[in-house]
Amino acid sequence: MHEMGIALEIIDIAEASIPAEMKDVQVESVNLRIGKLLAIVPESLTFCFSVAIKDTRLEGAQLNIEQIPVVAKCKDCDNHWTIDEPAFACPKCESGSLELISGKELDIVSIEVMDEDHST
Amino acid sequence: MSIEFFTTRKYYHHDGTKHTHHGHDHHHGTVVGSKRSGTREIKVVRSVLDANNIMADQNRKLFAEKNVFVLNVMSSPGSGKTETLVKSLALLMPEIKCAVVVGDICTTNDADRLAASGAPVVQINTDEFGGDCHLAAHVIEAAVGGIDLDTIDLLIVENIGNLVCPAEFDIGEDERVVMLSVTEGEDKPLKYPLMFRECNAALLNKIDLLPYLDCDRQEAVDNIHQVHPDIPVFEISAKTEEGFDAWIQWLKDKVASKLHA
Repeated sequence: MHEMGIALEIIDIAEASIPAEMKDVQVESVNLRIGKLLAIVPESLTFCFSVAIKDTRLEGAQLNIEQIPVVAKCKDCDNHWTIDEPAFACPKCESGSLELISGKELDIVSIEVMDEDHST
Repeated sequence: MSIEFFTTRKYYHHDGTKHTHHGHDHHHGTVVGSKRSGTREIKVVRSVLDANNIMADQNRKLFAEKNVFVLNVMSSPGSGKTETLVKSLALLMPEIKCAVVVGDICTTNDADRLAASGAPVVQINTDEFGGDCHLAAHVIEAAVGGIDLDTIDLLIVENIGNLVCPAEFDIGEDERVVMLSVTEGEDKPLKYPLMFRECNAALLNKIDLLPYLDCDRQEAVDNIHQVHPDIPVFEISAKTEEGFDAWIQWLKDKVASKLHA
């Protein structure tokens, strides 16, 4: 619902991550990991990003989104499983005491920039 | 959408080059490596919500210093947060000294109702921030500047009515409570699992209306427990105050456990 705010934050962080010595570099892509438990719509985020990068150092960059499944670990029987519906109990022992291993990520993993050797 | 709301870059690096939040390591150093031909990859590994999380940790530290328990109350619009808080404040005060921060996109209607309790109330209107759908940590920081934290035990934050976005934003609170009203449908916990996962207690409001509705209250409770097993669910009516004893006792115990920690 707040994809534009997220897109602006991504641009801020990505711009700040460009090393000082690469000041004129072309950013090709920003690689992002988004957990499926978050209510972030990749299509909306990609659209907001494409609009918001105009006149920034990221203009022309692609947003690559890797969606991370919701994986839980049972604290009672140590079972690991992937949650793909809103049921948060262990399918093996029915315990509700669980730890989420993944699914809430909202991380910028890396940015890819044009190699200066190749760009000339 | 106002860019101003999210231009918080000044918080990113001010406390060193590495932060540990929520068990993740955020390495701020850049590592340049070769990716595919023609491009090189610069490792970033930062949470997009870093700026918010850092601010939330600062808030949490301030609240700990001031010995203030902070409750973040979230729900859909119209589920009865304000009425529940008006009734709760009357039962909590003066034994527990309270203040309220209330967020809405527009109007000070909620603040006017809550102020009748005698508690200090700060209304946040997010239209200044682009009509935002949630309260972020830095908005809370600005709001509590108007409250004398030395004089209160409990700060209640009534978040923007929304079951989606507020769940993603840590504001530095001690506990999160989600409210569901029986008029909204029993399946809301299944539709908004993150919200119900992230909260430590749930309120099922408007139970006085059950005789007039097709809502199955047990199914609503079961759905909350399907998403978050074992969390306490308080079935209440803000209108009649049915069920308030257990809810108020839970809150008082939480406040006491922080004050006497």
